[in-house]
Amino acid sequence: MPQSRGPHNRNHDDRSVDVTKLRRTARLENYAKPGALYKRSMINFSQRWLSPRSFCFALVAGVAVAATASSPVRAAEPLTVGFIYVGPKTDYGYNQAHAQGAAAIAKLPGVKIREEEMVPETVAVQKTMESMINLDGAKLIFPTSFGYFDPHILKMAQKYKDTTFLHCGGLYTEGKHPTNVGSYFGYIDEAEYVAGIVAGLTSKSGKLGFIAAKPIPQVLRNINSFTLGARSANPKATTTVIFTGDWSMPVKEAEAANSLIDQGVDVLTAHVDSPKTIVELAERRGAMVTGYHANQSALAPKGYLTGAEWNWGKVYTDYVKWVQAGKTYPHLLRGGLKDGFVKVSPYGKAVSGDTKKKADAAKAKFMAGTMVIYKGPLKDNTGKVVIAAGAEQKQTDIALESMDYLVEGVVGKTH
Amino acid sequence: MGLGLGSAEPVVPPPPSSLSLGDGVSPSPLPAQASPGFATVPSGDYSLGWGGAPGRALIGLRVPLGAFAAALAAFGLFMAVIGRNPLAIYQQMWRGSFGTWFSFQNTLLRAAPLMLTALATALPGRLGLVVLGGEGALVMGGLGAAVAGLALHAHGPLVVAGGMLLAGAAVGGLWIGIAGALRAYRGVNETIATLLLNYVAIALLNHFVEGPLRDPASLNKPSTTPIGDANMIGNMPGLDVHWGLAWGLGACLLGWFLMHRTLFGFAARVVGGNVRTALLNGLPVGRLIVLTTVMAGACAGLAGALEVAAIHGTANASLVTGYGYTGVLVAFIARQNPLAVIPVSIIIGGISASGGLLQRGFDLPDATVNVLQGLLFISILLSETLHGRELRKAKTKIKTKARTNLKKQEVVA
Repeated sequence: MPQSRGPHNRNHDDRSVDVTKLRRTARLENYAKPGALYKRSMINFSQRWLSPRSFCFALVAGVAVAATASSPVRAAEPLTVGFIYVGPKTDYGYNQAHAQGAAAIAKLPGVKIREEEMVPETVAVQKTMESMINLDGAKLIFPTSFGYFDPHILKMAQKYKDTTFLHCGGLYTEGKHPTNVGSYFGYIDEAEYVAGIVAGLTSKSGKLGFIAAKPIPQVLRNINSFTLGARSANPKATTTVIFTGDWSMPVKEAEAANSLIDQGVDVLTAHVDSPKTIVELAERRGAMVTGYHANQSALAPKGYLTGAEWNWGKVYTDYVKWVQAGKTYPHLLRGGLKDGFVKVSPYGKAVSGDTKKKADAAKAKFMAGTMVIYKGPLKDNTGKVVIAAGAEQKQTDIALESMDYLVEGVVGKTH
Repeated sequence: MGLGLGSAEPVVPPPPSSLSLGDGVSPSPLPAQASPGFATVPSGDYSLGWGGAPGRALIGLRVPLGAFAAALAAFGLFMAVIGRNPLAIYQQMWRGSFGTWFSFQNTLLRAAPLMLTALATALPGRLGLVVLGGEGALVMGGLGAAVAGLALHAHGPLVVAGGMLLAGAAVGGLWIGIAGALRAYRGVNETIATLLLNYVAIALLNHFVEGPLRDPASLNKPSTTPIGDANMIGNMPGLDVHWGLAWGLGACLLGWFLMHRTLFGFAARVVGGNVRTALLNGLPVGRLIVLTTVMAGACAGLAGALEVAAIHGTANASLVTGYGYTGVLVAFIARQNPLAVIPVSIIIGGISASGGLLQRGFDLPDATVNVLQGLLFISILLSETLHGRELRKAKTKIKTKARTNLKKQEVVA
């Protein structure tokens, strides 16, 4: 039989040692070591507070508190309007533009707004809409991301017939979609055309850069309008386009911006959810920019020339007034500069007086409704004629909705 | 298998003397005196945490639930610091996650894909592998399911649904299986491989959805051709939650049974504890790794297939929403135990379900929810030290018991 090796034996493998005594000694020893006090206190803590009894008590108390706290909240009397954004509402881009619209209607009498940001285009947005209806009492919801429409808004609209869903994207089809749904969009390429004029005239190299997410019709239309605007004022101007592949890719956007500036591009613009990265990078490298979605002049006080901005405040105010009055509202609503759906940012310091005059002249034609961007003869950048001489496609022309080409003067490919 | 985080339960390391591979010492049977700490300990489940016998389970839950409470308390403190009333916050969180029948279903709906993507990390975690590829496997599974759905279009809803789920699981399994095979036979680090495969998967999805598989009608949101409303998987009876929840629960239960109640699972845990010991005992380590990673990928692939079959009806960029990465979080909080994945998924689902209400009611940014998830993650990992302490206590008990038995036997002899 092995003999006890005294209190300093820490092996615990001998039954003849009084374990309690040994522990006590070990505890005394431990106090002498650095860090021991902390360790003891942790063990004491866990013994005291994590014991089965105290744990069960805490659980019961917690449930009781939670149960009493979850009393129903009464639905508010003013019209509750929900806004759902796919990204952060302070992104200097797509979502901020919508949030500014929301802020505008928050000032209206009898309106209360509820906002939720960073809602992905999954079942999560369905639940956010339901939650706004069930828990906030929302009667009108603006789910602002393009991808929210099918199947998410359609599904919720069928389930909640008393709630109105107004979607940004212009996707409504009469007879096919529920009647409590509407969809609106703006001809922002008109503002892009004006921005293109400013860019084409201000650029020293005549090389413009466009960083875009995906080669989809909406994006191609902006690239083409920007380029047509630039070349209307400066026929030598070209636009080099880089597609990043997705709506929010700050690292790729920065790489693209650097690459374009290295190639001699001196005016950058973008169609991504948040042009913030690109605008800041351009300012740092001494290049100029035109903005998109919202006003980014605060990010580039020197190089911000102008920009194509949404003016959702006007659209939302109209819609809320229609809904409040119980009137029928247009299910498909579109408009451009003339209708106040979009606007051009105030010109920056680098824009000359002559350039301003030319840009304002184009803007005036848009306001008068006499301007047509897409008219023949128009060639794409492979030399193919896409609009024959004499033909023209007005903003409402359905052919523009499925644009799949880049016009002459654009350096890049659609796929 | 380097990373300490990966081994789910601290398995007793064998003493160095029994480890030297090439010295010709027969590894088994090990003489009891040579390794007193290892050979005499019965091969029981040491985990006092999530696993273990039912009787011990409740006591074992003290530590993780204590950590959960600590995280909530820290979150309340944080809320108080930025000027919000923590009690009101807790109340709204309860209301948004479990407080009403609608909220609870919302929570379950959000938990469903997490259960499956968490298994993609938890199952290989038993082998000591750190797999971060749930996102890629989900995306590939969704793409595969969409293709299968279109191919089987004419054969009726049941065949379409079955084919889609099978295809999703197969493609997802193949995807992580690649990383598993590279790990087993080429020694490529599985963590980096699976992480990078995520980007490859997203690039492939974008390529196919914007190119060869694009539905010409999907103008501004490139997608594959929809499988049609008739072929969609519906909700579970009496619930506003699709069948993905049942699949998630089933997969977790199966995963738990496999890893805790079968020889396969035991072998996997031996590999997770010490690869060389497993090799010395003749376990087919390579095959175990490949099989487990294939199963892991199949789970995430199934999640992708369900996203397509039950929600979107088509494959597009909306598949990429981070379920795979949240699954990693769930797996680590669940300490790689498939059974624990269920409640953890529900808790994380509840947090995200209540996140909207916090944003709307208190004008808090979306990142608030991330703060809570981060706090939860940290406090659960920190609480592992307390687990370690309980574990040592239990080991000592078992050891002394075994010694006494040995001595008794000696006396009898």
